[in-house]
Amino acid sequence: MPALPYLWQGLQTTLLLVAVALVLGFSLGCVLAVVRIYGPRPLARLAAGYVNLFRAIPLILTIFWMFFLMPFVLRAITGNPYLTVGAMYSAIIALVLAESAYFCEVVRAGINSVRGEQMAAGKALGMSTLQCLRLIVMPQALRNMSPALVSQTIGLLKDTSLVYVISLNDFLGAAGQIGQRNGQLVEFYLLTAAVYLVLCSAGVVLVNYLQKRNRQAI
Amino acid sequence: MNYSWDWSFFFKPSITGEGLYGVLLAEGVLWTLVLSLLSWGLALGLGTLTGMARGSANKALRWSAAVYVHCFRNTPLLVQLFLWYFVVPELLPPTWGDALKQMNPMLNQFLSVVMCLTLYTTAGVAEQVRAGLQSVSAEQAMAARAMGFGRWGVYRFVLLPQAFRVVLPSLTSDFMNVFKNSAAALTIGLMELTGQSRQISEFSGQPFESFIAATLIYMGITYAVVLLMRHLEMKTAVPELREAGALR
Repeated sequence: MPALPYLWQGLQTTLLLVAVALVLGFSLGCVLAVVRIYGPRPLARLAAGYVNLFRAIPLILTIFWMFFLMPFVLRAITGNPYLTVGAMYSAIIALVLAESAYFCEVVRAGINSVRGEQMAAGKALGMSTLQCLRLIVMPQALRNMSPALVSQTIGLLKDTSLVYVISLNDFLGAAGQIGQRNGQLVEFYLLTAAVYLVLCSAGVVLVNYLQKRNRQAI
Repeated sequence: MNYSWDWSFFFKPSITGEGLYGVLLAEGVLWTLVLSLLSWGLALGLGTLTGMARGSANKALRWSAAVYVHCFRNTPLLVQLFLWYFVVPELLPPTWGDALKQMNPMLNQFLSVVMCLTLYTTAGVAEQVRAGLQSVSAEQAMAARAMGFGRWGVYRFVLLPQAFRVVLPSLTSDFMNVFKNSAAALTIGLMELTGQSRQISEFSGQPFESFIAATLIYMGITYAVVLLMRHLEMKTAVPELREAGALR
């Protein structure tokens, strides 16, 4: 089937979006969570406002913001009137910003799941807050939140399909285009659904395994 | 930044002749609200039934509910929407398919979005209801049966009231997600709030104002949902069963 290389390209785009948004979104989410829990009050409230904003508006609207309006702002900041931001970069930035809000909530729940005495013990030994976090709390928190992290990544995988609205060719876009070209929309959309179902089911299996492992560890 | 801010453009007539820009935006809000509330209402009912089915003793019922929830939660909403809008009319018997394709396009889009959003949200609600029912201790059901409640009566009078109070916080986030998911309708041409704000931004040349308006409206909707659910939580709270964090 001559469609396979194009579909493979689309799948690569999807996986690239997921990988980049996962790494950057998780890092930003961790920073936000730490600021929300341990930061000074004004900064913590700023972080809370950021998280609530991106959890309140649809991801499609965020993508539109980054695609239509970010070039304006960047042109003003850099003073370069011919600056363009492609669909790929605006999609990545939109996904990173939105997913970081959700990851922040996951990380916050994970950190709060570690008992407070761990932090107190670390401080009693003379460590700073950041050292406590890095050496004592985060390893335990990461273990506790691993099922939720994978769950959120599955959600991220589903959300990447929304870049369709800026005509970025991820897997759904590629399958749709080939379906329209061949006149076989039904087959290609069913194939898309099946592929996403398989990918997400693999993630669900991983989540169940992690949940079982955490339960046994207690 | 050479961008001319003009907030009064909402009161100017659209260059497409459809009316004032502000009126177009209000129509978009109306579509969003109608889609979301209708889907949420249907999803609550169907989701409760599915959640009950997930815990039932009948193996066939349990398995089919589990498969349904798994499939509908693990495919993207957009893919499901395209399936309903493009694929289902082809797969139905010819007379039904033709009827679907010949009906008023807006009605066709509306039906597809409502079906898709309802079934997607039902899967989510079913998971919450199942978790809630599991958290109610089994002795409650046994005691209710011993007192003479019928099979449905056990759920209606004993189990579901307790289960819903437990999962009210998670249902809040599901409720908010319905409003956000309704934005996917713009991909098949139904101009709800996000789609309408994009159209207005293109026709009027004032993208910042239209997108800011849409953002503010979504934030308002979300805030209203949070307030409503918080009010519900306080009204339905059973004093002995309140969590530690609920006392403010």
